[in-house]
Amino acid sequence: MERIPILHVGTLLLVTIQVDMHDRLATNLQEDLTHRLSETHAKGVLIDISALDIVDSYIARIVGNIAQTSRILDAHTVLVGMRPPVAMTLVEMGVTLEGVSTALNIDKGMLLLNKIINK
Amino acid sequence: MLNSEYVPIKMEEDLLLVRKCVRQLASSVGFGVLDMTRLMTAAVELGRNTLIHGKGGHMRAVIVVKDKAKGIRLDFEDAGPGIPDLDLALTDGYTSKDGMGLGLSGAKRLVNEFTVIPVTPRGVRIIAISWLDE
Ligand SMILES: Nc1ncnc2c1ncn2[C@@H]1O[C@H](COP(=O)(O)OP(=O)(O)O)[C@@H](O)[C@H]1O
Ligand SMILES: [Mg+2]
Repeated sequence: MERIPILHVGTLLLVTIQVDMHDRLATNLQEDLTHRLSETHAKGVLIDISALDIVDSYIARIVGNIAQTSRILDAHTVLVGMRPPVAMTLVEMGVTLEGVSTALNIDKGMLLLNKIINK
Repeated sequence: MLNSEYVPIKMEEDLLLVRKCVRQLASSVGFGVLDMTRLMTAAVELGRNTLIHGKGGHMRAVIVVKDKAKGIRLDFEDAGPGIPDLDLALTDGYTSKDGMGLGLSGAKRLVNEFTVIPVTPRGVRIIAISWLDE
């Protein structure tokens, strides 16, 4: 079965979203993440979307769902690597990513997550 | 008409072809990265609607020239249930399924021209055009 790998880095989980996201992958990712969060007691999830040249409302909803799931399991989500034209396009479409903080890259995302977690 | 492309939209994987096709045309016309991102995003939103709401269909994409302006016209068509109330469908946040309800209205904002044509006996045709500004 096709799955998106979830890396365990310190107290965080790192998920890299690739271009060919589809429904089955998204459902599997939700399940895997729920499982890994309860297994590892990770307090933070980093979602890297730097590989995506576009983000449509479908992907945005998946990211939002991941953030919600994480919150239920007492973890925070930070989205990293969003390209500037993608951010501008989302604003124009009116897509807001509620409950999701963003950072420029993985390093900055880790700093931000640690700050949120240790608050 | 030059460089006309036909992309069937029958399954999720086809949306990758939609985006690839639009990227190639946009780059051959000389769209910058922001305008290319906007048009590709609109195309994928409309393509997903063709697939999900229209139960499958196709996209035709073509480079258009008017006077000295160059642009890209995307033409989506399906034989699904159609859109009974267009104003409602274009309302930000309205969805008849479990979407975000921002695909149709968002795509409209991302292109220069946007036309929705009912298809008889059933279905929808949506034509979206983006012009290259010079
Ligand atoms: N090709 C189509 N055929 C039938 N109905 C459509 C089509 N495209 C859009 N719609 C209707 O318009 C609504 C709004 O579309 P959209 O803004 O893309 O939101 P979403 O896809 O998230 O539901 C859809 O929920 C659907 O009812
Ligand atoms: Mg939609």
